[in-house]
Amino acid sequence: MGPETLEALQQEAIAEVLEVYPAKAAKNRAKHLGVDAPEGVKGACDKTRSNKQTVPGVMSQRGCAYAGSKGVVWGPIKDMIHISHGPVGCGQYSRAGRRNYYIGTTGVDTFVTMNFTTDFTEKDIVFGGDKKLKKALEEIDELFPLNNGISIQSECPIGLIGDDISAVAKVHKKESSKPTVAVSCEGFRGVSQSLGHHIANDMIRDEVMPDAAARADFESTDYDVSIIGDYNIGGDAWATRILLEEIGLRVIAQWSGDASYKELAVAPKAKLNLLHCYRSMNYISRHMEQEFGIPWMEYNFFGPTKTTESLRKIAAFFDESIQKKAEEVIAKYTAMTDAVIAKFKPKLEGKQVMLYVGGLRPRHVIGAYEDLGMEVIGTGYEFAHGDDYKRTKEDIARSTLIYDDVNEYELEKFVKKLKPDLVAAGVKEKYVFQKMGLPFRQMHSWDYSGPYHGYDAFAVFAKDMDLAMNSPVWNHTKAPWEKEEVGA
Amino acid sequence: MQDVENIVNGQKLFLKPEYQEVLKNKKQFEGAMGAVNPAKVEEVAEWTKTWEYREKNLAREAITVNPAKACQPLGAIMVGLGIENTMPYVHGSHGCVAYFRSYFTRHFKEPTPCVSDSMSESAAVFGGLANMKDGLRNCNAMYKPEHISVSTTCMAEVIGDDLNAFITGAREDAEGELDDLPITYAHTPSFVGSHITGYDNMMKSTLEQLNPERSEKVVEEGRINIIPGFEPYLGSLAEVKEISKMFSDKIHMIGDHEAQWNTGAGSYSLYAGGTPLDIVKTAINAESTISLQKYSTVQTAKTIKNKWKQGYETCNPIGLAGTDAFVMKLAELTGKEVPEELKAQRGQLVDAMQDSYPYMHGKKFAIYGDPDFLLGLVSFIVEMGGIPTHVLCHNAPRKGWEDDMKAIIAKSQWAEDCQIWPGKDLWHLRSLLFTEPVDFMIGNVYGKELYRDTGTPLIRIGFPIFDRHHLHRYSMSGYKGALNLLTWITNAVLDQLDEETKDIAKTDYFFDCVR
Repeated sequence: MGPETLEALQQEAIAEVLEVYPAKAAKNRAKHLGVDAPEGVKGACDKTRSNKQTVPGVMSQRGCAYAGSKGVVWGPIKDMIHISHGPVGCGQYSRAGRRNYYIGTTGVDTFVTMNFTTDFTEKDIVFGGDKKLKKALEEIDELFPLNNGISIQSECPIGLIGDDISAVAKVHKKESSKPTVAVSCEGFRGVSQSLGHHIANDMIRDEVMPDAAARADFESTDYDVSIIGDYNIGGDAWATRILLEEIGLRVIAQWSGDASYKELAVAPKAKLNLLHCYRSMNYISRHMEQEFGIPWMEYNFFGPTKTTESLRKIAAFFDESIQKKAEEVIAKYTAMTDAVIAKFKPKLEGKQVMLYVGGLRPRHVIGAYEDLGMEVIGTGYEFAHGDDYKRTKEDIARSTLIYDDVNEYELEKFVKKLKPDLVAAGVKEKYVFQKMGLPFRQMHSWDYSGPYHGYDAFAVFAKDMDLAMNSPVWNHTKAPWEKEEVGA
Repeated sequence: MQDVENIVNGQKLFLKPEYQEVLKNKKQFEGAMGAVNPAKVEEVAEWTKTWEYREKNLAREAITVNPAKACQPLGAIMVGLGIENTMPYVHGSHGCVAYFRSYFTRHFKEPTPCVSDSMSESAAVFGGLANMKDGLRNCNAMYKPEHISVSTTCMAEVIGDDLNAFITGAREDAEGELDDLPITYAHTPSFVGSHITGYDNMMKSTLEQLNPERSEKVVEEGRINIIPGFEPYLGSLAEVKEISKMFSDKIHMIGDHEAQWNTGAGSYSLYAGGTPLDIVKTAINAESTISLQKYSTVQTAKTIKNKWKQGYETCNPIGLAGTDAFVMKLAELTGKEVPEELKAQRGQLVDAMQDSYPYMHGKKFAIYGDPDFLLGLVSFIVEMGGIPTHVLCHNAPRKGWEDDMKAIIAKSQWAEDCQIWPGKDLWHLRSLLFTEPVDFMIGNVYGKELYRDTGTPLIRIGFPIFDRHHLHRYSMSGYKGALNLLTWITNAVLDQLDEETKDIAKTDYFFDCVR
């Protein structure tokens, strides 16, 4: 398909989805949709409206502030207990759903896949839940003595009934001498999970960063770095860590997949913060820059091209010894990734992909697909801000349909119109497209595979994409007696 | 480094020595209270297995750890998805709906349609009326439902949004677009009850709102409603319909979500199957209603019995006695003999039970889950001579359930060895399993960590089950469903026997090929 035909199709697709909306909603949604190209002067990536209230009454794939704070930022911190404060549902639905891998003895010194909740009843709503919370904190310390702190993740009713959870946390912190953090991440705040990241970062800034005692005995080296914004989905941060250590750096903290409280607290000792998920963790990186003078750098470890580029950029920040080692490491792994590409590219080349994910992935994974000869023709974010779209522009390689907060209706129409060979999105979308006979990869959780960060992980990525695209199961969608096209 | 000829994912990648080194190095940065001390971890881990810990654990008043229940709107959505061309609509933040949809999708491996009106701060201050006005119109325009089923979240309930007034207001503003669209609604606060309460509230409201009370009662002779309750087993819905059909074609399932979560490959459409709206709208005309889950339909029962003055029965067709009661009830209500086919099925089931009983007899089980599920499952365990040592129901209703369960357990020759644990969570169960161990656990996916901690094998029956595929497609209701239960449980016992006897030249006597 030529670039002009592709762009025309993309423009047509937008026009078609807008037709069905009532006028007010159509006007709103039009601002979130567009087409951009690498050479586009002022394309959709510059203009797309984002981080705005979702149109009511549609199937948005977005989550809430609680999901951003508890599910993403705080929840993966393994040695702390995170209370879902409020009714039972939020904690239950988010329990063990995200693959934030960790090593630890669950229930004794590690708690990530557990669900602690104050399980509000009507009485708590009427009379307030502060007393129950206080009691809950005491019970936790008695039954889980090796917890290294507690965070209180507020659900919707907490802010609405006016509970003072900060006061409860403060008292408990004093009495228990353990970090106790109240996070006001009620789900109704903001327009998506994004505000939850910000609120969570603010509480790390206020409650963890000032804890100089926790880093008092820390001995620095010139090569200390922190990994920021890696949630260790399927072990991503471990696959990242090995490369950084191989080039001679020392990773002193890993945020927040497989993180411990102490790693957060020693982070101000880093010489450089390495930021993978910009959306969820740029706030705390900026804070550490201002407060502790730690520079931060974005990097991208999806696919060998971007990984190599990033390793060089990181090494350039340090001395020649690191740069030399980086080149050695790059050379060592390039032989392997070249072999991976040689093996899989012939089976994947020219295949078109549409993405819809959150955080950094709608742009960061484009390079990994390109490395395999695949083409990304549509991408969008659940909860991006304008700066995410500006960064996306640098990564797109051809005319690309851009959709912000795309809902189930629009995504289905776009896919039917553009007919990609692969859709890579979340679990709520997965079965819709598989039913149409379209290969699909769940890119929030790597579809229960992974890791996908770094060189070793690229081999997993390539193998998984091949598995998705070239499975014989897709040939069975159409029955032998059917003549018409399937999936329309 | 990866070997291109044998690429492995994280499961094996991180076992490679170079990654083990990385993980070992990381340890030096962990542990806020000094270095991580394996001896201390071991000591505390051992302490959590003791009676002393159990007593402290059972005395908990404020913190719930690893609950075995969810919140109201989840159940309300299931009701909506059981009615033809119906869009469930949640008045609240889209965050909740993202959770509900993911939760169901992970269990059924199927898409789950449901919209929200995306309430946020402005709604918290001014109420969610504006969201509802836009939301209903947008939902109608895009998804073209024939019926919208509105439930609420805790946010909408705390700020006190009035659904009746809001829906009326939205209709008035909609320039006629919503005039002919039935919109039913229920208040489903997440801080009251659990997902089964939400099912009940939505079912009751839907039935009441679609069946306005009439001055004169119209009764269609022989017509019977069956309400399945919060049923995560699609095969159970199919089985109940199959049995009903053997008696009469005037038996209708109200809230039949089987097809919605069981569509085939080839194309995708938002709505699939469900009880036709006309059937729901005339449910009041039936002679009687049978509820298959007593505690998922407490409020619904009141409407049917007291307002509709209909015959109302509860049958729990799980296990032999439960299915017998259901079959006899259908025979009674339809005035028909029990069909030969069912008689044959019953015979086959009992035959199978007689073949397999030695492996369940005297085995101790810990069973957890929803109230009605437990009544059925425990009844079956008792029928097989198993011992329901711990029966744990986190969302046990305050009235009635415990007595019902006691009556079932009383039939067991081991009744004195059985304990009922209403209102307890899965961290409580952990203590129970360490102090008073059992041979097997039966329950949902969350028993997986208890399996790891205590070594008690987990037989996955219940909701949700995310980590095993396609179990929800089977039935656990009816004689055929009981045969499935028998098969799953017996073979789990046999798997365990093989596991314990597989070591060559050590334990492998009793490692038999014939059983």
